[in-house]
Amino acid sequence: MADVKKIATRESYGNALTELAEEFPNLVVLDADLAAATKTGIFKKAYPDRHIDCGIAECNMMGIAAGLATTGMIPFVSSFAMFAAGRAYEQVRNSVGYPELNVKIGATHAGITVGEDGATHQCNEDLALMRTIPGMVVMCPSDDIEAKAAVRAAIEHDGPVYIRFGRAAVPVINDKPDYKFEIGKGTIIREGKDVTIVATGICVDSAIGAAEKLAADGIDAEVINICTIKPLDEDLIIASAKKTGKVVTVEEHSVIGGLGSAVCDCLSAKLPTVVKKIGMQDMFGESGSAGALVAKYGLDAEGVYQSVKAFV
Amino acid sequence: MNKLELQKCANEVRKGIVTAVHSAKAGHPGGSLSAADIFTYLYFEEMNIDPKNPDKEDRDRFVLSKGHTAPGLYSAMANRGYFPVEDLTTLRKLGSYLQGHPSIHIPGVDMSSGSLGQGISAAVGMALSAKLRGCDYRTYTLLGDGEIQEGQVWEAAMFAGHRKLDNLVVIVDNNGLQIDGSVADVCSPYPIDKKFEAFNFHVINIDGHDFDAIKAAFDEAKATKGQPTAIICKTVKGKGVSFMENNVSWHGTAPNDEQYAQAMADLEKIGAELEKAGE
Repeated sequence: MADVKKIATRESYGNALTELAEEFPNLVVLDADLAAATKTGIFKKAYPDRHIDCGIAECNMMGIAAGLATTGMIPFVSSFAMFAAGRAYEQVRNSVGYPELNVKIGATHAGITVGEDGATHQCNEDLALMRTIPGMVVMCPSDDIEAKAAVRAAIEHDGPVYIRFGRAAVPVINDKPDYKFEIGKGTIIREGKDVTIVATGICVDSAIGAAEKLAADGIDAEVINICTIKPLDEDLIIASAKKTGKVVTVEEHSVIGGLGSAVCDCLSAKLPTVVKKIGMQDMFGESGSAGALVAKYGLDAEGVYQSVKAFV
Repeated sequence: MNKLELQKCANEVRKGIVTAVHSAKAGHPGGSLSAADIFTYLYFEEMNIDPKNPDKEDRDRFVLSKGHTAPGLYSAMANRGYFPVEDLTTLRKLGSYLQGHPSIHIPGVDMSSGSLGQGISAAVGMALSAKLRGCDYRTYTLLGDGEIQEGQVWEAAMFAGHRKLDNLVVIVDNNGLQIDGSVADVCSPYPIDKKFEAFNFHVINIDGHDFDAIKAAFDEAKATKGQPTAIICKTVKGKGVSFMENNVSWHGTAPNDEQYAQAMADLEKIGAELEKAGE
């Protein structure tokens, strides 16, 4: 659909930082030689003195952010998800998480929609890694509007936050007059009674598309957008699971440790329900265009539709 | 404090180290004792701090990057008045605030540390913050000579040199030993001074047990503009306790009751000699 507005959430990230800079004078941005790609370059252009390029040294960058945070600054640390959550995992755990420092991690180029760069740069494990750190808020916005709202919410939240952004342009789906964002709150995008599809990030759009196809087959799917993976909106998921009795999770991430696992952790303890997890099935990605990869790994509307149909 | 007073004070810090580690039946006495004179100088002479107001805005910052030598830090802080010296015997015990490695939740501790190589980056962040905000406080960080095998140390050094952070002092406790043996044998970090020089540091080599040299080095660091300073301190691991000196097996071992008595006797003897010297 050519008339739908599309924007990559990394672009939203760079724009949001720039728009919020005046309001939050303690906000500083750190990058590791990827400002052009993470889009913190937008902020750098407007506020060069508040943008710190640490060079290609993500572990040190995370520690510098921790040190800045001890003095009351609000650092946003930016790199690709692979390096922010992967390479610097232990720095995030020990220098940010354990001391409960007010560091915000803006990780871009998450998941397989990194595309042509291939498996080395396609991080399908960041949500799992970040979820394990006590006190860490983990968010994965679905579009431009949610990404910008998440950046503001992260600043207003006192404590460490991880936000996952994507490389590829994605449709704007939250441009509704009553749209409200709150950390830890999911939203019902479409009400239904036969099956619950819980999605995050770019997969929310796929879930919406799948629900339309399912409707044509007489299957009434409820679609829930979960931006905050941690803390999870358990009440919303339990209420929906109670109604439909069947739950599917969809994420551009490994089925181990991410949204699917978070939903299973919740339901297994509070409302045992059969859950189908759609995502990267314990495998690495590969080079290709974002669109081709999403289709190959069953994360587009058609793939989600097929999986849900087979499940119900 | 004059030199003799500092020496006496450092001896008390050493007693606290040995007492804490003995009580905990675990911990790292060797590297705590080697750095005891450095801890003492920082907390009793060098840093602008106030134990009664540990969070004051303009305080100098200290990050113990070699966090396993927490007994040395805690003992210096207790003797300086941050918390009761008696609390040192709660080290590493369940429910104690004196965690096995430094925690930011302890009053006066500026950063959690102990995963080697990470503390220096946090210290760099604190120094950078002062530059960005136009604050006058200085930041100090203490590293082990084994610790500098961590690559992150050199990422941090590159950044600090590049940014000309002259409000930062990196101190290396060069006691020559790490868990698996001599640092020169395990994976040599030498020459340490040349490496920091290459990253645009002003480098000072001193005897880390000589308070005249320690004072001169910190004064020189303060006078150095346009680049960070690294002070490489040649030290003796286990300094002050005869059977622990230069003995790698005391890196991370606690003395038993008999060894504790011997260690305290050694330190009492040093204390008596210092008293005599002062008469």
